Amino acid sequence: MSQSADIIIIGAGIIGAACAHELARRGLRVLVLDAGRRAATAAGMGHLIVLDDNPAELALSQYSLQRWRDWGRDMPADCAYRQNGTLWLAANAEEMAVAEAKYQVLREQGLDCQLLGAAALQAAEPELSQTLHGALKVGGDGILYAPNAARWLLQHAQIELRMARVVEIDHRRVRLDDGAWLSAEVLILANGVYARELCPELPLQAKKGHLLITDRYPGRVNHTLVELGYVTSAHNASGPSVAANIQPRPTGQLLIGASRQFDSEAPEVEPWMLGKMLRRAVDYMPGLAGLNAIRAWTGLRAASPDGLPLLGEHPQRPGLWLAVGHEGLGVTTAPGSADLLVAQLFGETAPLAPDAYLPQRFLGVAAHA
Amino acid sequence: MPELLLDGQPLKVDEGTTVAAALLLGGDGSSRTSVSGQRRAPFCGMGVCQECRVSTDGQRRLACQTLCRDGMRVESRP
Repeated sequence: MSQSADIIIIGAGIIGAACAHELARRGLRVLVLDAGRRAATAAGMGHLIVLDDNPAELALSQYSLQRWRDWGRDMPADCAYRQNGTLWLAANAEEMAVAEAKYQVLREQGLDCQLLGAAALQAAEPELSQTLHGALKVGGDGILYAPNAARWLLQHAQIELRMARVVEIDHRRVRLDDGAWLSAEVLILANGVYARELCPELPLQAKKGHLLITDRYPGRVNHTLVELGYVTSAHNASGPSVAANIQPRPTGQLLIGASRQFDSEAPEVEPWMLGKMLRRAVDYMPGLAGLNAIRAWTGLRAASPDGLPLLGEHPQRPGLWLAVGHEGLGVTTAPGSADLLVAQLFGETAPLAPDAYLPQRFLGVAAHA
Repeated sequence: MPELLLDGQPLKVDEGTTVAAALLLGGDGSSRTSVSGQRRAPFCGMGVCQECRVSTDGQRRLACQTLCRDGMRVESRP
């Protein structure tokens, strides 16, 4: 059978698109297959954010943010890229101490950040509750519209995007739902939560999230506003949880998150969860209660057990490379994920130490060593 | 019969007329202008699609779910 391309990528979301972009830039012929199913790139917030729960997450998000800022100069307007910065909001003295600790960590990494007291926070974002104690501003963070950013990354003469659903992976080939087989030297699995269907041994758990967007109210919010409780409540809880996350879109709309559920993969909006999430956001921005919402929806984050993506060759399936498990941070870390994966593929020294992201940490060592 | 002001112009409508119908009777049928400058009009007519957002007496409402009242000011522009 002749090869369909040098590389086949399954999934045209932001991760698959970033991988395709980097491989095409190196002159490879890339075939990207996408089933057109609802997935995280289309559902998510498009928040480009440095997170520092652990050194590997910080390294990957920091590296990727720099890449987005570079790409941001060339991206078309419909990608809606803005470097508007994140404000991590402290609701009490304890959270202000968390903000200060986070400030130290980020400053050591050379990140542009700043502590704001209550008055400075009020001046920066007058719509916020006056009871807040302050905030940490991270200036290099941004936002974009991820579906269009993915489309932009795929626009390359060496990349072919085909709408097709892969139903089986067998060595270096894939079977489509119409029965056709396609082959390539390298397959890259980048279809998020659906990767479990093709590769059941992957340790991915779906975490459902709700989002809501308002009508246009330009000028009310400048930064992306995230409560510091996000670190303590949403990230570490095992039950359903919410955290205030308010993002101003370039249209003047406000995108409101965030919720996390581990027990539901149903696409339906659940009013009790949405209500809980909105009440949390209103606690931080009281005026939100008087605005009109125009849409609410849900999405699934594909999370690995340690919250870091799996980036590298499957240890027991040579030729199958993994770029999955990005949880809620895939849009942020897409550029770094692609660079890490492609560097390994070419046997080069990666821009970051790849060890923390290798699939081996869950899937064991190579069977053919 | 309620009389409203649609983009500054008086318009008499029958009792029970929705703002969406009034927009069609007295205007260009559109309720607002989008970010990209397009005129947008009612689509689903049942309060779901959110296309017919319109300003009535300074409040944003769905034109298809709002009945005309006497003295109501409806603004579809900009």
